[in-house]
Amino acid sequence: MSEHEVTVTINGEKVTKTVEARTLLVHFIREDLSLTGTHIGCDTTSCGACTVLVCGKPVKSCTMFAVQADGADIETIEGLAAGGELHPLQEGFWEKHGLQCGYCTPGMIMSAKGFLAENPTPTEDEIRHGISGNLCRCTGYNKIVEAIQYAAEKLQASEGGE
Amino acid sequence: MIPGAFDYHSPTSLDEALSLLKQHSGDAKILAGGQSLIPAMRFRLAVPTTLIDINRLADLRYIEERGDHLAIGAMTLESALEDAAVVGQSYVLLHDTAAVIADPLVRNMATVGGNIAHADPANDHPATMLAYNATVVAKGPNGERTIAIDDFFTGLFENALAEDEILTEIRIPKPSAGSGGAYTKFERKVGDYAISAAAVQLRLDGNTVAEVRIGLTNVSAVPMRAPDAETALLGRPADAGTIEAAGQAAAAESDPSPDLRGSIDYKRDVTRVMVKRSIEKAVARAKGGN
Repeated sequence: MSEHEVTVTINGEKVTKTVEARTLLVHFIREDLSLTGTHIGCDTTSCGACTVLVCGKPVKSCTMFAVQADGADIETIEGLAAGGELHPLQEGFWEKHGLQCGYCTPGMIMSAKGFLAENPTPTEDEIRHGISGNLCRCTGYNKIVEAIQYAAEKLQASEGGE
Repeated sequence: MIPGAFDYHSPTSLDEALSLLKQHSGDAKILAGGQSLIPAMRFRLAVPTTLIDINRLADLRYIEERGDHLAIGAMTLESALEDAAVVGQSYVLLHDTAAVIADPLVRNMATVGGNIAHADPANDHPATMLAYNATVVAKGPNGERTIAIDDFFTGLFENALAEDEILTEIRIPKPSAGSGGAYTKFERKVGDYAISAAAVQLRLDGNTVAEVRIGLTNVSAVPMRAPDAETALLGRPADAGTIEAAGQAAAAESDPSPDLRGSIDYKRDVTRVMVKRSIEKAVARAKGGN
């Protein structure tokens, strides 16, 4: 059994911790870094509740070891509301009722943030494809798609205004 | 669920990885994308005592057309296949496959080499690579060798690699003029394994099937070709009757197990339909359609 020193930049802050090799990234985030916004849903790489951005790419943090993230830039749901102001994605989920129980929401939002960075003007089909690794058992997805459309438009508008 | 304890190594060169593999022979597993291995470790279905993580081997991430074939580095991400222009233009069967492997989040971690080396008949690349007649490149302490895909899958989760070898590259022959391919998958939901799926790569001479290879997903213990279905097509006109006969032949030679995804009869019939749809699409593409 090996232990390793891991340094990651999480939501802009650099942290170093010693972890067991078998520590999953999601446990590292929730238990070692106390960022419990990232959820554990299925434990079988199916549901996407644990989605975070690793170097900008949305991945399932339950299916990666923390030690693999050494040197990586990680973003979780806690990193979104800069200075207490909701990110357009968070605002979209609020305005369009993109959640009921909210369990899948952090993962949904991080997936959306990942694919909007690559495709800022997605079609409805592209949004549905983009969140197809994230399960929601409440909404039937339509409201989530609308929330992401809202965010995409708002992000585009704010970029156009700069 | 927490995996069993293990020693972790993260080599930065292939030689270092090979030397670690030799040193820990028998106990070590290679960690590629980890999207099959890590879940297996969480369930304690796999309890390796040493993991050799090859994700830092950036040299093994490439998609390049080299003369008569497409060379894909073993650590190429599935998401990179989906985005590669050359794959979309010239290797349509591969492009079809990349778009339906697991889900977009998994494809950001999962690798082409891992998908093949895992030798899981439920994975999608085995059928596709069988249909393409691909070649696997392996490197060991005594150098490099190539393995024909037909000889690569030796059992359930078993492949032809020696314990001290690492899969480094997959080579797909460039389809010649008049070729078309398609992958059709039937799944309960995105991210689930196929109930059945069919990979077809063929070449037409006029309307006659001049060459064809068919691979099937998740309907056998070992990734399989469908030789009877291929025979049903070869040298015959690509018409509805021939395509139906090929579908029926594939259904008969498939060997699915009953599970939550369906009974044996159901899976055979889904196989018939998947094979037919893939052939129809491959024929249309061979004739210049989409």
